[in-house]
Order: sequence, then structure tokens, then C-alpha cells
Amino acid sequence: MQYKPTVIEKYEARPRVWWLYTLIVIILAILLGWSGSSVEFRGVTAKGSEVASGIFFGLVRPDFSMLFSTAKEGVPYLLLETVCIAILGTIIGGILALPFAFLASYKLMPKPVAFVANALILLIRTFPSIVWALVWIRVTGPGAFCGVVTQSICSIGMISKMYITAIEDLDVSILESLDASGCTSFQKIRYGIIPQLIPNFISTIIYRFDINIKDATTLGIVGAGGIGAALIQCINSRRWTMVGSFILAMIILMLIIEFFSTRIRSKLARGQ
Amino acid sequence: MKNSSSVSLSLFDRIFKPEQITLENGHTVLRPRSRTPLIIICIVLVLYFSIIMTGFNPAIILKRGGQLTKILGQIFQPDPSYFSKVWSPLFETIKMSIMGSFIGCLLALPYAVAVSANINRNKVLLSILRVILNIVRTLPTLVIASICALVFGLGTFAGTMAIIIFTFGVVTKMLYESIETVDMRAFEALEASGAGKFQAFWSAVFPQILPTYLSHCLYSFEMNIRAASILGYVGAGGLGILIDERIGWRDYNGLGTVLLSLFVTVFIIENISRFLRSKLS
Repeated sequence: MQYKPTVIEKYEARPRVWWLYTLIVIILAILLGWSGSSVEFRGVTAKGSEVASGIFFGLVRPDFSMLFSTAKEGVPYLLLETVCIAILGTIIGGILALPFAFLASYKLMPKPVAFVANALILLIRTFPSIVWALVWIRVTGPGAFCGVVTQSICSIGMISKMYITAIEDLDVSILESLDASGCTSFQKIRYGIIPQLIPNFISTIIYRFDINIKDATTLGIVGAGGIGAALIQCINSRRWTMVGSFILAMIILMLIIEFFSTRIRSKLARGQ
Repeated sequence: MKNSSSVSLSLFDRIFKPEQITLENGHTVLRPRSRTPLIIICIVLVLYFSIIMTGFNPAIILKRGGQLTKILGQIFQPDPSYFSKVWSPLFETIKMSIMGSFIGCLLALPYAVAVSANINRNKVLLSILRVILNIVRTLPTLVIASICALVFGLGTFAGTMAIIIFTFGVVTKMLYESIETVDMRAFEALEASGAGKFQAFWSAVFPQILPTYLSHCLYSFEMNIRAASILGYVGAGGLGILIDERIGWRDYNGLGTVLLSLFVTVFIIENISRFLRSKLS
């Protein structure tokens, strides 16, 4: 008769990798101990608690006159500028990423070309966006235009990476069947390639737009237009009600945009 | 095939009447008009408005583009003698992100469980917790860092706090989305057999989300190295101080050194983390 182990016996005989767990714990402990040495708590600054309560009350009681004013310093105008920077930056970035994506695809291009294009993309991705902004400011001067240029360059990295995935996932069998039914090259591109790529590309661009909106608020801090500059000024001069209205408006804007972008992207993914 | 009467007309179709096609067998079908022209017109209008709003002017780039190539040229000739000054802020950046990622990820786990709709059935509590999460999540890192720098004083502690808050937001969002897609039948079975909520979660849901959780943690650590490098710009310690200072002094060779060391660090850490994540899945 064949011996059948019971559930309990099977469970007891499960593979145990305790040495792996111990190793992970030891490595983590060493890393944490090492990093703990520099991060020391020196207490809250003299004005720290005042700042914290100020921000809290600012969020609860924002400056409503700022929220609804139509002046150039008002929240709506600055938000609109931020959105415009993100829109232009994303679209230009999306267009600039196209040649990069096709050049960097190892499937389409000879190896040296793809390698150079990949290196370029990596290079663009490595510079933090703030560095790009600070470099571009020397060219364009401070203002919204600098933000647009910075975002177009910074978007190339991620967008082209995602384009490449879309291009390499192309279903080639469709092209073969189009070939078999006697289509010309142009028709093959129009009916075989573009319909497959466009939803992916648009979805990528919308996703990047989501990120860029958040980034655009940061870029303002270094002087590249948008809401960030005004926000950081208010924080530094401790006008908490104004800080509260800026932060509230930003949160609402981002949540709205995230809501719509998720909806559009899930529609695109389902192919409607 | 849809009958023509059962097609519900949206607002667009009511304005631009669908084309009626009579098939060979006498049936009629409606072919909705293409929406592409309308979408393109909208995009062009939005673009036009944005161009006016931001003062977009490519001529400036053409005219002053030489400035950029000059700066980039200097960045690509890093100043090797400056390396000795980069080490300590670089390690500070790494330490800040290790500490921040670890604590942020630890905090994210219980919170993510509390904001998952399939485990927390209390609608009121759920929406309050979600609102708090959304506020934390949508604040830009630099804003969090500058507030932290005001509250905790300049230095690495403020940076670590900023990274903790930032990591907490990102990981919680990713984690609760994966918890909500988890297979809940094992959880229900355990509850039915008399396990408490925590016991059921621990033995039925936790093993399912653990690999995802760890991979989110590694991913956020990858992001944090990049994020931590700019925090110094608002006085929260790390490489950002050097970046700000070098650009301020127009010492682009020194900036090149800083960026090169950042690049090497990010490259190494990304590869380690990618390797670990591929092991996890």
C-alpha cells in the first residue's frame, strides 16, 4: 500500500528558508543601523509647533477671497497656468518621445542605434526635473515657458519607455493577414499598426499628464511658473490661510484630474 | 447585432445624427459619426489657449540654445577634484531614503488595510481615512519637505520625515489597490470557521499581498533615492544642497560631478532592486 502523507505532515515538511529570512533581517538591521546614525531627532524647532498648528488651521479655514479671485495672483489663475504648463509639456514630450521610442526599440533598429538612443533616454531620466528646470532657466528666463520646456524634456524619458513596450508588444500576425489580403504598405500602417498603437500611446500620455500636473506645482518652487512659486512664498512668510487655500485647491485639482484620467485610461484599455 | 431602436443615443449622437445604412437584407443599422474631428478641434483649442497662457515661444530656444549646449557641455566634464565633497551628502541622501522608505512602508501596511473597502466595511470611517490619504498623497514632495524643514529645523531629519510621508502616501495607494483585488473567499471561509477578523486577514489575505507589498516597497525605495536628492533644495539635507549651490555659483563642472555620482548610485540601486523584484514575482 502506498503511504499517503496527511495534511499536517505535508505542512510540517514545507520548504523552510529560515537562513534567507535571517539574512534579510540582518542586512536590514545593518542598513537601518547605518542610516540611523545620521538621522537624529533634534526636537521640534522653537517655532515648529506654531508652524504645524498654522498649517492645520490654514487647511481648515482657507482664505476664500484668494480661492475665488480672478486676479493674476489668485488661485484660479495660478492653477490654470499650472494646468497649461502640464498640458503643453506633456503633449510636446509625447511628440518628442516618438522618434526616441522607435530608435530605441531593439526589435526595429540595429543594435548600435538602439543602444545610443537608450543611453540618451537614460541620461534624460537621470537628471532630476529640478536640475533641468534650473538649467533651462538660464536659457529661457524664469516663467511659465521654462516650465513647459522642462516638462517636455523630462517627459521624454518615461513616455518613450512606455512607447517602446507598446511597440514591442505589437501583434504582427495582423500585418501578415493584411499582407495576404493584398494591402499596400501604407494601408498596412494605417489599418494594422496605428489602431494598435494609438490607444496605448494616448493612455501613456494621459498617465504622464497626471504626473506632470504634480511636477508642475513643484517646478514653480525654482521659478518655472505655476502655483509652486506663490505657495513657497506664502509658506516662508507664514501666511497660513493663504497656504491653506493653495494646498486645498491643488488637492482638489489633482483629485479631479486623477479621477478623469483613470476613467479615460480604463476605457481605452477596454477598447471603447 | 444591435437593432437600431435599441441603440441609446448620447448627446453627441443627437447633435450629429448617425448615418443610416440599409443592409442588403433590408435591415437598417446606425453608424455613429466619428468623434475624432470633435476631439481634434478641442485639443487644438486647448493647445492654442495654453500657448498664449504660458507665453510659449520656440524662437527663444533657437536664439539662446547655445547657452544650453554650453552648460550641458560643462556638466559632461565633471570636476574629479570635487568628488571628495560629494561623498558625505551622497551618503546622507542614501541614509535618508533607507530610513524614510523603511518607516514609511511600515506605516503604510496597517493604513492600507484600513482603507481597503473589502476589509473595512465601515463606510464613514473608510471615507474619512481616504480623504486623509488623498491629502497626504497629493502634496508635492518639495512642499512636504519645506514644511518639515520649518517644523523640524534644517537638516536630514526634516528630509527623512518628508520621505516617510511621501512613501506612506504612495505605498498605501498602491497597496490598498492590490488588497482590493485579492481573492476574498479564503478570508470568508476562515471567518465562517470562527477566526477573528485579524486572524483571518493574517492567514488568508496577508500571504497573498506580501510579495506585492515588498515589491512596492522596493519600488518606492528606488523612487526615494531620486526624490531625496532634490530635497536639499529646500534645506532638508542631502545632495540637493550641493545641486542648488553649484548652480548658484555657475560651477557646472562641479554640478556634473554631483549628477554623475547620483547617476551611478541610482543605477546600482535600481539594478539591485529590479533583481530583487524579479525574484519576488
